[in-house]
Amino acid sequence: MHKPLLQVQGLSVAFKDERVVDDISFEVYPAETFALVGESGSGKSITALSVLRLLPPNARVSATGIKLQNQNLLSIPEIDFCKIRGRRIGFIFQDPMSSLNPVMTIGEQIAEVIQIHFNVSTAESKKAVYKLLQQVEIPEPERRIKEYPHQLSGGQRQRVMIAIALAGKPDLLIADEPTTALDVTIQAQILALLKSIQAQTGMALWLISHDLALVSNMADRIAVMQQGKIVETNTTQGFFNQAQHPYSLKLLAALPAMQSCKGKVVKTAIEPSSLLQVEGFKVYYPIRKGFFKRIVNYVRAVDGVSFKLEAGKTLALVGESGCGKTTLGKGLLNLIPHTAGSVLLNNIELTALTGDALRQMRSKIQIIFQDPFAAMNPRMLVGEIIEEGIKALHPDIGVEQRQQRVAHLLQQVELPPSVALRYPHEFSGGQRQRICIARALAVAPKLIVCDEPTSALDVSVQAQIIALLKNLQQEQGISYLFITHDLAVVAEIADEVAVMYQGKIVEQGGVEQVLLQPQHPYTRKLVEAVPVIDVG
Amino acid sequence: MIVLWTDALIFLLVATLFIFSVLLRNKAHLQRPLQKIACSKTAMISLLVLVFFVLIGLLDSVHFKSNENSTHEIISVLDYWAKPLRNNTEKTYSAPFSAYLYSKETLALPDGSQQWGFPRLKFGGSHLQNPDAELLSDVLEKALSGFCKGVGLVILWVILLAWIFKGRDKNLFKNTTFKAVLAVFLLLFSISYMLVDLSSYYHVLGTDKVGEDVFYQAIKSIRTGLVIGSLTTMIMLPLAITFGIMAGFFRGWVDDIIQYIYTTLNSIPGVLLIAASILMVQVYMANHAEDFNSLIVRSDMRLLFLCLILGVTSWTGLCRMLRAETLKLREMEYVQAAQALGVKRMVILSRHILPNVMHIVLISVVLDFSALVLAEAVLSYINIGVDPTTYSWGNMINGARLEMARDPVVWWSLLASFVFMFSLVLAANLFADSVRNAFDPRRTEEAG
Repeated sequence: MHKPLLQVQGLSVAFKDERVVDDISFEVYPAETFALVGESGSGKSITALSVLRLLPPNARVSATGIKLQNQNLLSIPEIDFCKIRGRRIGFIFQDPMSSLNPVMTIGEQIAEVIQIHFNVSTAESKKAVYKLLQQVEIPEPERRIKEYPHQLSGGQRQRVMIAIALAGKPDLLIADEPTTALDVTIQAQILALLKSIQAQTGMALWLISHDLALVSNMADRIAVMQQGKIVETNTTQGFFNQAQHPYSLKLLAALPAMQSCKGKVVKTAIEPSSLLQVEGFKVYYPIRKGFFKRIVNYVRAVDGVSFKLEAGKTLALVGESGCGKTTLGKGLLNLIPHTAGSVLLNNIELTALTGDALRQMRSKIQIIFQDPFAAMNPRMLVGEIIEEGIKALHPDIGVEQRQQRVAHLLQQVELPPSVALRYPHEFSGGQRQRICIARALAVAPKLIVCDEPTSALDVSVQAQIIALLKNLQQEQGISYLFITHDLAVVAEIADEVAVMYQGKIVEQGGVEQVLLQPQHPYTRKLVEAVPVIDVG
Repeated sequence: MIVLWTDALIFLLVATLFIFSVLLRNKAHLQRPLQKIACSKTAMISLLVLVFFVLIGLLDSVHFKSNENSTHEIISVLDYWAKPLRNNTEKTYSAPFSAYLYSKETLALPDGSQQWGFPRLKFGGSHLQNPDAELLSDVLEKALSGFCKGVGLVILWVILLAWIFKGRDKNLFKNTTFKAVLAVFLLLFSISYMLVDLSSYYHVLGTDKVGEDVFYQAIKSIRTGLVIGSLTTMIMLPLAITFGIMAGFFRGWVDDIIQYIYTTLNSIPGVLLIAASILMVQVYMANHAEDFNSLIVRSDMRLLFLCLILGVTSWTGLCRMLRAETLKLREMEYVQAAQALGVKRMVILSRHILPNVMHIVLISVVLDFSALVLAEAVLSYINIGVDPTTYSWGNMINGARLEMARDPVVWWSLLASFVFMFSLVLAANLFADSVRNAFDPRRTEEAG
């Protein structure tokens, strides 16, 4: 092999007394794709930022050596480091929404990098910007060059970020979770783009990701990080065929796969009658214009959706962001006013209920949100959070009984009863999600709407939460309406799948049928875009 | 015993706070934040200073008819104790610790001749034979003895307390917070003792234009400052919180009406409203002269109305902030989760929205408290503040303002009011800051 492009030796980073990166060493070779994989909090982003010297001043960095080709990056003064950042090392951040300046056109933002690093005239830099936009395959570059970030879609913004990173013609491109904030279909496009650009320019790509499937398609070599340490470095093929370290094996085992639904035994319904029956459900948002705020049109967030769900079963609602799946979920719970349609739960028409009757009925449908931190009042104790529903719907239950019930609920979600006296911020994401599940269970619901409950969690935690949900379903016969964008998770948990596209359900059926033999072109596109572990 | 309106309200406030603290004392979830406040040096020291101010204010709020001379004037307990300070008035300005007046007069010498010079003060340093030679040493001696007496008293108390609580909590004296608080208490008490000691011989902060003791004025002003700060806030808070949260949470027509009210109120100059209401009170008092027969009752009524009108005009800013915050909070998922659990809207408001806007309320209350103490000064300047006979830092500054151009400058009124106002406002700010930190569960780890 040739000489490494980037060589990191004995890098440690500490905040206060806490070591977040602990004595790691690795190399990135020219023209290769190196992937640093690990769960959130394992220190992978910190590693990248420390190489670029972008950490906050309270971080203490120490290393025996960081070399870019023959240059020692540790001894370079800050003023010279500016010539390396953006010029020799490019960087793509996770969130394209917050990485672009909202008051500058994208053309200006790309040109800025060119003018800093190369001595070129305005006209020349404009030409270069145009070329870059063509390179990242943005349609109509002559028009886009004058547009502002908010006028672009998420995928296009990430393309602009890539163009900015490429503007310095770097030898090394660091991509920190470049597609995590994007939908699957767009993720596939961006990854293809990165691959083709790498082939054109011959630069090295250092990919940081939590997604093993994605990495398996992209990387040449993989390093696995756990709690600040690199536990295993291997070639991609070697890693997926014969991983050595127990943590790598655990990661691979926790990975949900779309194939897992193959031959799934379809549960026989506990009651033959359907639990939930939704007919022609619509949620429209009026667009108001003019002086009198006349309604000129509607945004059809949910546009006439009908489906049935039997007791004890799971229906997965799949779709990309903005397709109206969350709106539908919240609309069913009456958290968002709906425009038309009927919702029958146990043959009771929910849309006709008001006042106290509605409040009582609410105990039958509960919801679990995506972000378990925003879903809990930071000023309430866990115990208070869980007993809130019991207090509201059964005010006659005494304090002691209520506390017993809370302890029992905590046991059900596999947490010790002592956590009732702590605040939500003291828990990790997975534990918080367990508390949210306990809160939903407190009022003995028949149906729980799960709104992307695992999207904010790491793979291994995700597997635990899914197992917990399955368990609870078996014990208590609860139905789930499982809203997600992740088809692998769907394969794990769902009995039936409904695919939503632009406010409508375009395909519906058993999980095996929809995922493995998709009929509708959109479903097909969706299924194809999912990265699958595939090593030659 | 005579109860003025503001007296009654102040004691009502203190009683409510007391009842609240007793009720909340044993709540499990409040133990940790309270413990944190108790462990924070800044919090406890500023609380001590605040308590010191409040105690003086409370002493000054117990009024009764005096029978020292036939006037049957209404005085407070503080006035009764500070009798020498109150009665020892000079002719005009005199500097702190001076034995002479600040302006020259024609003096009649013992030999019958006349001389143009600084006359001796009637009370300040009158025990000295030859002030030029003795003054400094006398002041130092008296200061030292007063200070030592204060220190001695505190040490005596500490020993007494230690004896009473013997064996209960041995670690108390090793606690750094307790030590710091004790040190500040020692300092505060000894200095006060020293000042009280000195003030029976000298005017420690000088005298003002009509010869009144400035130290006495500054102490009397504490009550006025506290009344304006606390009563106004008490009037403003319920308005701001109810309207702000309701507007943000219910949206729709409720929001429209509340916004209409506060934009309208905001667009009327506050000074105009204050002037009008003060005028109204004065007319009312003139028409019902038999109910307001004493000077202090009249000025008290005016103070109360000033608080009222300041409260009514100053709730809009906080209301607007709370509305915006509530608009944000009502979309939070925990509010939606509560809705999904069938929690009633009023309960959501009180359990989820209100505690999460309290930090804003606390910060703006403290800032408003300081601003109100200062606003009083401005209003007194255009003669629509407190009654000119009421002692207040505003009136003191206002009086001192006229003498700023004088050479040599008369600085002591200004300095006295500044130091008192500054320590009160600073203590309030620091204390509120610690309270906010302690009650924010997300910050439990960082702040110490």
